[in-house]
Amino acid sequence: MIRKAKDINEQTPWQEMTVGGEICEGGTARLTITGEWRSDVPVWEQDKCKQCLLCAPFCPDSSIPVTAGKREEFDFDHCKGCGICWKVCPFQAIRMEKEEKA
Amino acid sequence: MSISERLSGNEAIAHAMRQINPGVFAAFPITPSTEIPQYFAQYVADGVVDTEYVPVESEHSSMSTCMGAQAAGVRAITATSSAGLAFMYEVLYVAASARLPITLACVNRTLTGPININNDHSDSMGARDSGWIQIYAENNQEAYDNYLQAMRIAETPNVRLPIMICQDGFITSHAVENILLEEDAAVKAFVGEYHPENYLLKQENPLAVGPYDTCPYCMEHKVQQAEAMKHARQAVLDVAADFEKTFGRKYGFFEEYRMEDAEVALLLIGSTAGTAKACVETLRAQGVKAGLIKLRVFRPFPAQELAAALAHVKVVAVMDKSEGNSACGGPLYAETLSACYDLPTRPLMINVVYGLAGRDCAVEDIERVYRHLLRIEQTGVTGEKYLHMGQRSNVQEVL
Repeated sequence: MIRKAKDINEQTPWQEMTVGGEICEGGTARLTITGEWRSDVPVWEQDKCKQCLLCAPFCPDSSIPVTAGKREEFDFDHCKGCGICWKVCPFQAIRMEKEEKA
Repeated sequence: MSISERLSGNEAIAHAMRQINPGVFAAFPITPSTEIPQYFAQYVADGVVDTEYVPVESEHSSMSTCMGAQAAGVRAITATSSAGLAFMYEVLYVAASARLPITLACVNRTLTGPININNDHSDSMGARDSGWIQIYAENNQEAYDNYLQAMRIAETPNVRLPIMICQDGFITSHAVENILLEEDAAVKAFVGEYHPENYLLKQENPLAVGPYDTCPYCMEHKVQQAEAMKHARQAVLDVAADFEKTFGRKYGFFEEYRMEDAEVALLLIGSTAGTAKACVETLRAQGVKAGLIKLRVFRPFPAQELAAALAHVKVVAVMDKSEGNSACGGPLYAETLSACYDLPTRPLMINVVYGLAGRDCAVEDIERVYRHLLRIEQTGVTGEKYLHMGQRSNVQEVL
């Protein structure tokens, strides 16, 4: 039986999947690209950003990475475009646009 | 050495639970299973078990508590009846699909409505497709013995399914009968300890149980579950064989009573078997070749074995103690008909729905069914196949 979530995919036969869909490790939500659900996309305007970091803890999907006390570009693999960061930003440093699907 | 005692079915189950000393008991009372958590609460108060006793606010919660506890890595048990089982309905399926071998003592009582507290099998028959193993008892001895076998069946690595140990409400649960109990140490040695491969509290192996299952994966898990129920067939037989070796009492998928040369036979579940056996003896004394099959294991359904056991019989009445509301017969009848379809020569078969909501079924009632089967055998005419027995009527009923 395959144990690691990254090794189970849509080609895996039922005999090789974990019993009852058990996930035998932590942090596997990372493997699912939920950013595909997005219809609106946040745009970070770096020149207006004061690095107050209010947006990061408000993000319900942990999609605003913070390194060494500074926020970085959105994690668009997991951002669902909910716009909460746009709403809470005191400096209008985030704007929302329509997602351009390829 | 077995110990001779006199216990009710509920006492017998509570006694078995004490001997097994499970990790968690999620308790919510409902007639007629209430005594089980009641007796067990006394064991907890007396300090004779280590079990975490969790009084919850509903059966939905008791089954949810069992799920959490079993997933965490201990044996989790509960008891319920009727509407209590119905209130668990959603979680029964979740427990089975999460492959958690929880043990539920089901004291069969009719489902409301109209509201009624007496026995029939409509509660557990309603849960027959939920993915639970179901084992039924004729009397307190069988309820006790089935309970001692339950966890080993459910926890078998290629099974991992929850299990219901069913007995007839009041008839078995509250009637005090002679019983052979086994010594605590012998029971503990037979049942063994629970050692799941993975569990939530296993620190070195983080685990998520029951995650959302998207379309590309969910059917595969359902196939796994269906396969597990097939494996349960062998587990039931293996555990029964070891039980017989250890304690001397024999069990299988069903009990055949005077079936070797039977020409007319009844198939039924539960306490009515005692009544029917008395009737078989009376008829046999009169030269009637009457036989009886008492089904013990309803899930997994022993279709091939049952068909083989019925193949030589001329006329069979399948006795359903629950109304399927299918307009063509009860659940046991439907499955038995289906099981016999592949036989080269099949017995004629009728369905008798009886004993609903505690309606009594006496030896004379059973005899009327056998007499009807004999008439069918003689004339070769089955007539109406979906019959009810025991109801008042202003017309002459078949039975």
